[in-house]
Amino acid sequence: MPEILERNIHSHSLLHASAPVHLPDRVEPKRLHTEEMVLNIGPQHPSTHGVLRLEVVLDGEVVVDVIPHIGYLHRCFEKHAENLTYPQVLPYVDRMDYIAAMSGEHGYVTAVERLLYIEVPEKVEYIRVLFAELQRIASHLIAIGTFGMDSGAFTPFLYCFRDRETILEMFEKTCGARFLYNYMWVGGLSHDLHPDVLPMCRDFLKKSRATHQEINDLLTFNHIFVERTAGIGVLDREVAINGGASGPMLRSCGVKWDIRKDDPYSIYDRFEWEVAIGSSDRGEPGDSFNRHWVRMQEWEQSLNIIEQILEQFPRQDATDVQSAIPKRLKPPEGEIYSRTETPRGELGYYIVSNGDVKPWRVKVRSPAFSNLSLLPLLSRGYLVADLIVILGSIDIVLGEVDR
Amino acid sequence: MEQLGIIERLQSAFGETLGVWHASNSESAYARRMGSFFQVSDPARLLELAFFLRDEPALAFDSLLLLSSVDHGDGSLSVVYHLESTVYRHQIVLKITRPMAQARVPSVTSVWSHANWQEREAWDMMGIRFEGHPDHRRILLEEDYPGHPLRKYFKEPDFYHGMKVPN
Amino acid sequence: MGFLDHMELPVLPTDKTGEGNVIVTSLDTLFNWSRLSSLWQMSFGLACCAIEMMSTAAAHYDMMRFGVIPRPSPRQSDVIIISGTVTLKMASRVKMLYEQMADPKYVISMGNCSNCGGPYWEYGYHVLRGVDRVIPVDVYIPGCPPRPEALLEGLMKLQEKVRAQGKDIEFTE
Repeated sequence: MPEILERNIHSHSLLHASAPVHLPDRVEPKRLHTEEMVLNIGPQHPSTHGVLRLEVVLDGEVVVDVIPHIGYLHRCFEKHAENLTYPQVLPYVDRMDYIAAMSGEHGYVTAVERLLYIEVPEKVEYIRVLFAELQRIASHLIAIGTFGMDSGAFTPFLYCFRDRETILEMFEKTCGARFLYNYMWVGGLSHDLHPDVLPMCRDFLKKSRATHQEINDLLTFNHIFVERTAGIGVLDREVAINGGASGPMLRSCGVKWDIRKDDPYSIYDRFEWEVAIGSSDRGEPGDSFNRHWVRMQEWEQSLNIIEQILEQFPRQDATDVQSAIPKRLKPPEGEIYSRTETPRGELGYYIVSNGDVKPWRVKVRSPAFSNLSLLPLLSRGYLVADLIVILGSIDIVLGEVDR
Repeated sequence: MEQLGIIERLQSAFGETLGVWHASNSESAYARRMGSFFQVSDPARLLELAFFLRDEPALAFDSLLLLSSVDHGDGSLSVVYHLESTVYRHQIVLKITRPMAQARVPSVTSVWSHANWQEREAWDMMGIRFEGHPDHRRILLEEDYPGHPLRKYFKEPDFYHGMKVPN
Repeated sequence: MGFLDHMELPVLPTDKTGEGNVIVTSLDTLFNWSRLSSLWQMSFGLACCAIEMMSTAAAHYDMMRFGVIPRPSPRQSDVIIISGTVTLKMASRVKMLYEQMADPKYVISMGNCSNCGGPYWEYGYHVLRGVDRVIPVDVYIPGCPPRPEALLEGLMKLQEKVRAQGKDIEFTE
């Protein structure tokens, strides 16, 4: 065992190396050699969260190297975007990050509206932010539940899915779809808010705070869980910035970086909330525990934002939510890079328009893709069982990784 | 730092021949900020430029937001780099345009490790070679997939591994 | 409930002595009944539909009350639910997984993508237009994604299919 321990320590120092950084090919030479074994995980494996394949080089139980193979769910989003008109792209945006479809839509419509200089009515902005924050909670619930499963706790998964159903019910009442909505349109929304949603939201706030406490007691501060995740897969802050990490992955390293605060879009500047970052109370900044902890805190912050939306919501405003939707959607020639904060991080759209009804090129900066590319760096020197925990803590959605 | 200030800084360090600044004449402030770009004329100096952008203390572009590739439809391909400084919160867009036959640019993986997978994707989708990339393989499609699908005149294969592909 | 409903022949009455507890049925019926009530599903998610499959398996919809238990290995499972888009890269793996399953095995194609390519039908250069181009499918469930209720309906349709298995042969011969 001391040998493993030593290597863990050594790999930490490897990760803490300051810039210039680039991915080293293999871990440093070992003192005690055993024969290296290549273990294949996936594409069909219960804890790869989809169709990810990992080629793991093992020395005993210690991970020497991980080579992720992706593309098993490459559904040609960018080709579709080039062949369809701007509003027609929206359903494909849903299917890209399918766990947080509303957040993805919010990013896309923001980008196209910036390209077209459309101002959307205030009421629409409120509904969008409300739904984006609800979606953030729903997405984090899946992340937390499956992360619990990856580290050996089954019950939180059931609790999380139970709460998620409440959120989906609100979406369903408003737009008719449970899961992939096509709700936010360029310049507006497909339906007005259902009258039941605001009261349901108020109920949900109360219940969700209780569940938050429950999950904290059950999972986050559970001694076994902390032992299993603290200090595992430590990501250094310079490496994270250089490697393109974003979202909870970046914030867990102690970087206060949230697009909602730092490059505000929509009406996020009207609300009071804190950017959650990782701490060294349990574990150390940038480890698997802190990635989970940042998600837990963000859940709470999203609830705060929702509470403020409920206070500020323009109830008397009878604006038609479709009033600002342009009849003919033809942006001027030009290009734009617009980004929003989804539950997984910075979702950016680079749209090149040549003045046609169809975009010339749409390139997506998908946060899960960038975060996953750091997996080899995170998992070298840890045990195989830790690899699953590290992968779970990154919270990938394969639809977004492969697009 | 304002974008024009960054360009002046670059030109004082590299000389006027480095490239051309294209300012966006868009109405929206956001599109003006992000729609402007710097066209690098000499790909051979890209790596040098990248190191300068990252390591110069007044610029400190420590984060590569996105590396994208564009097929212009007239036989030329572009690589677009969106850079950001997390220290100063300023951004810049670099572009390199190459004819399709010579679609080769130096890899910036040694500068920003984020470029590693992004460049592999650009090679996979658009067929742009990145010289000096440590792991120059396809990333999303299989190695034996014919062609680079995001090029405008790509035609999908009729059969792939014995499976019928089109409708 | 359950067993007695599915028997075709009447159950003989007993006088509680323990001697007459005899059920007369055909072997086929017995086998089919036991197969349909414990359809072990391979826990294998492909895309968006997999999340709906997870929702179906979780507390609110509770797939396990139909005897559907997720198994991580193809060797232990009876039914594979193709839940999502099958890409060209994944198709050979799906086929291999199907081939690894022990007979009798069933396939449910969940969602439009695996039925026919779905929304990726026209421009998807890397999408297989329908999983039935590589493996045979028993039940198709439409929807993008299908609701959990639709998946349960599909499972019950599969159970009906299993119940009728071998019956036509029995009657024609």
